[in-house]
Amino acid sequence: MTAEPAEEGSSLWKDAWRRLGRNKLAMAGLAILFLLSLACVAGPFLSPYTYQQQDLRLVATGPSPRHWLGTDNLGRDILTRLFDGGRVSMLVGLVATAVSLVIGVLYGAVSGFFGGKVDSLMMRIVDILYALPFTIFVILLMVFFGRKFILLFVAIGAVEWLTMARIIRGQVQSLKHREFIEAAEALGLRRSRIILRHMLPNVLGVILVYATLTVPEVMLLEAFLSFLGLGVQPPMSSWGVLISDGAARMEESPWMLVAPALALALTLFSLNFLGDGLREALDPRAARNE
Amino acid sequence: MNPLLSVNDLRVSFHSRGGVARAVEGVSFDLRRGETLGIVGESGSGKSVTCYSLMRLVPEPPGRLEGKALFDGVDLLRCPLHEISRIRGKRVSMIFQDPMTSLNPYMRVEDQLMEPLLIHERLGRKEARSRAIRALEEAGIQDAPRRARGYPHEFSGGMRQRVMIAMALITKPELLIADEPTTALDVTVQAQILELIRKMQAELGMAVIFVTHDLGIVSGFCDRVLVMYAGRIVETASTADIFYDTKHPYARALQKAAPAAQPKGAPLYTIRGAPPDPSKPMPGCPFSPRCDYAADYCSRDPVRLEEVAPAHGSACLRVQREGLRLDQG
Repeated sequence: MTAEPAEEGSSLWKDAWRRLGRNKLAMAGLAILFLLSLACVAGPFLSPYTYQQQDLRLVATGPSPRHWLGTDNLGRDILTRLFDGGRVSMLVGLVATAVSLVIGVLYGAVSGFFGGKVDSLMMRIVDILYALPFTIFVILLMVFFGRKFILLFVAIGAVEWLTMARIIRGQVQSLKHREFIEAAEALGLRRSRIILRHMLPNVLGVILVYATLTVPEVMLLEAFLSFLGLGVQPPMSSWGVLISDGAARMEESPWMLVAPALALALTLFSLNFLGDGLREALDPRAARNE
Repeated sequence: MNPLLSVNDLRVSFHSRGGVARAVEGVSFDLRRGETLGIVGESGSGKSVTCYSLMRLVPEPPGRLEGKALFDGVDLLRCPLHEISRIRGKRVSMIFQDPMTSLNPYMRVEDQLMEPLLIHERLGRKEARSRAIRALEEAGIQDAPRRARGYPHEFSGGMRQRVMIAMALITKPELLIADEPTTALDVTVQAQILELIRKMQAELGMAVIFVTHDLGIVSGFCDRVLVMYAGRIVETASTADIFYDTKHPYARALQKAAPAAQPKGAPLYTIRGAPPDPSKPMPGCPFSPRCDYAADYCSRDPVRLEEVAPAHGSACLRVQREGLRLDQG
């Protein structure tokens, strides 16, 4: 009797995708991110140089037809190193952020939803971890496990989820007393369903915005960790490493700083626009004219 | 016949560092199948808390529930959580006061409507959707298949309350608790919503607890009325008796305070003073400081709800002891 138009299950995501498609800035961000990652994956194969290959006749030269972005103080091609380092930075940025999001969001949501003693206990654990000096934590990790690339994710993940957990806890706590959550409880829904289906979509905006802030933080943290000896080791590179090398030689050879800094900035801008677009797309109230 | 719901000496208190606030103090009533019970009282009289505790929506702690509320043999106040989850949303439903905030802004209306069916009746999505659309149509939503795919912000207040009613009734509950369902709506919509609830009640034969502070709604809608004050029932009677044979000064004062009862131009009648602080002990009758009829023993002697006429309870000491007759409007 009732003709049902296009009957598909998932609702929020599909709508969000359609709305995102209309946001030019967000789509531009998405395209740039896509191109950058493509370049980072394919670039090193296409380049005539490798990231460690030195050309000792051309040490610290500016951009030229042979080396488009110039060479560093050891005569290595910066463009190649940029693409190669981008692999590490993007991987770290995405994986570490994703890990910290998953842990932080679940932890924070549970803590905020149950409240009371559970909340106190869980938040005290977060406080303790917060109080742990990061450098010492990293050094301990290295002492016990040696220099392993995977530890980079562990170290970053262990730190980054804490803030996320606090933010989500606060959001969930304020949501908990909203009437529609009470109404959901009155419908007899299980707690897990209330958290996952009713609360998380409401905090998605906050999660996304914070995630776009976490990615750059993680990328810079990676540079710091690499400096300490955890993470990427020379002659390998990452954007963080390239930037800190470049910053050291800013006066003699500014192109060493400009290229990786631009790449990082471009990534972060794109992420911000994309994150902002996503937040808007995921809020059904923002899209009035369907 | 056994009552569908039998509430016995319900007490709800909230414990905090500042002390204990007793929101509900010894409320008892029975509700038969298909009956409509009105609960009236001013803000803070414990009407809503009574409903919330029946749905186990009072957070514990800081809240504490005492007494019994037997729903078809199950104590709603004490049964394990998984059992109450099977009852609420399925056999007992609730409509909330403010339809603007009681729908999840991030979910399509149909997804919210389908939830009780998916979890309580284990229907498939397709079947649940067609039931949801039918429920919307019954609740008077035009163009339901298309509207169901919309989000709450695309609905007006009255429409949202229709959605809430459709959602509450979609599992054909035996008891509907309506907590001031029309307070947030304008008057024309109020009448439509009331009519809808009445129609659905006739169709489903469910019992309704109707909380309101609007006596006009009570008179047209309820079989029986509880008047609450300071967490206690002060008068309980059939709707006609509440209006034409009032046995408690507070119930009388409420009626006199209705603006429609005043002659035009005359200053509006108000009950002097303010409701008592629920965290302070109240010896005697809690209404005595504001009561026009109070005798000196009213603020001293303990009060109980007693039957002062057939099926008519009053917690007024003067009515109980002296057979005080209140002027009837």
